[in-house]
Amino acid sequence: MKLSERIVITGIGLTAPNGNSLAEFRKHLLEGYARIQKIDMRYMGIVLAGVCTFNALEYQSKKEVRVGTRAGSIGIYCAHKAIESSGLNWHLLDKSRVGVYVGITEHGNVETENEVYQISKFGYDTRFWSHHHNPRTVANNSAGEISINLGITGPHYTLGGACAGGNIGLIQGVQMLRLGEVDTALVGGVSESIHTFGIFAGFKAQGALAFHEDPNKASRPFDKHRNGIVISEGGCMFILERLDAALTRKAKIFGEVVGYGINSDAQDTVLPCSEQQAVCMQLALKKAKMQAVDIDIVNTHATATLSGDIRECEALNSVFKQAPHTYFNNTKSFIGHAMGAAGSLELAGNLPAFEDHYVHPTINIDELDPACKLNNLVIDHPKHLPQIRTILNTSFGMLGINSVVIVRRYDA
Amino acid sequence: MTIMDKKNIRKVVVDIIAEIAPDEDLSNLKDDVRLRDQLELDSMDFLDIVMELRKQYGIEIPENDYGHLESLQSCVDYLTPKFQDKK
Repeated sequence: MKLSERIVITGIGLTAPNGNSLAEFRKHLLEGYARIQKIDMRYMGIVLAGVCTFNALEYQSKKEVRVGTRAGSIGIYCAHKAIESSGLNWHLLDKSRVGVYVGITEHGNVETENEVYQISKFGYDTRFWSHHHNPRTVANNSAGEISINLGITGPHYTLGGACAGGNIGLIQGVQMLRLGEVDTALVGGVSESIHTFGIFAGFKAQGALAFHEDPNKASRPFDKHRNGIVISEGGCMFILERLDAALTRKAKIFGEVVGYGINSDAQDTVLPCSEQQAVCMQLALKKAKMQAVDIDIVNTHATATLSGDIRECEALNSVFKQAPHTYFNNTKSFIGHAMGAAGSLELAGNLPAFEDHYVHPTINIDELDPACKLNNLVIDHPKHLPQIRTILNTSFGMLGINSVVIVRRYDA
Repeated sequence: MTIMDKKNIRKVVVDIIAEIAPDEDLSNLKDDVRLRDQLELDSMDFLDIVMELRKQYGIEIPENDYGHLESLQSCVDYLTPKFQDKK
């Protein structure tokens, strides 16, 4: 493959419930530091959620925060941090050649619920409905707020991929760079879902909303006593460039995106399908010209739902049955499910493994569900390996959308 | 009960502007100069002023009258009879 077709990650900006930078996030993943808390949710009372603590005013005025959305603020913060970490000379960059591709699970629920709540105080008189509602709720909102804040005149849009959205944002950027549509891609995913009661109530009605007296123990993928999802907010944006451009400017390369897959179950609105998840992993491996045995870390999607974890383990065990040296972990056990941000955040949390040679653990497994047995599932303590060269990241979503990304360490 | 004289109506408008333009320094606002010439306000911000007057005081401003919100002085002159009608 020509250097101009090889796509590398040269910048990372993120906010997660347990970290507002890659360094802090990684440190906490290696130390086993989870951060889930109780919040008071409108109409519902106390629920558990992962809440981010970044300072939106670092890159926005108070008015911009007031007029915009939480998803926009998360995206703007992550985009700025990604650009800073990339070392790009942003002021000299041709902004018409930058694309913004943001994965989302959903958007508009928060803002619509807020407006309905507001007009409920005025007898549901729609004269009290805000003129900010439409720009806040259009599907491209978070990407558009990034574009406006950073003066990016290239394409911006979101990718609605349910909880596979974060990976899909990244994949879109890879494709657009290869097509020559842009020269720099700001990609990833964001989620503001903890600010909508509807998502919580929906999961609760489905019997899939986690609860535990100790919030930090509530997100427990693969544990026999798991009882559902902890919903979190968060975001992660990457800078993607073509390898030749990154080498020319001597950029730090966090990894090369060598494979990806997106496919559909075409079966059920909520129940996942292990066969198609496995097909998606094989698609990514084929694109990467790799075998399962070539993968060092698999970062699982598992959200701690009863059937979702089992289906994913079936898929993983079918693909990786001949891969005795592949290790598995799960990031949601620390931060909950960051929805549209999950794929990109979880990938980012694992990328430092190329340098520190550790597989971050999965926590909150007191008793492993026998149906979730994975060879080399890293539990509680980081696993040191002689070298880590490849990471496969899975992200699956409702309506049966599957996404897999494979990133390889870049060796000059 | 607060008497809604011109001084208090001016304070109402300034307080609303402080809510919708929280980054602005409002300490030296000139009453007879266009608000847009002193502050970074756009058309959406003026709609916010209209909305807050509606929400907080039940005052309705027809679209044709939006021009009366041009300056603090014109706001006060326009709003004074409306506040008095609310008595």
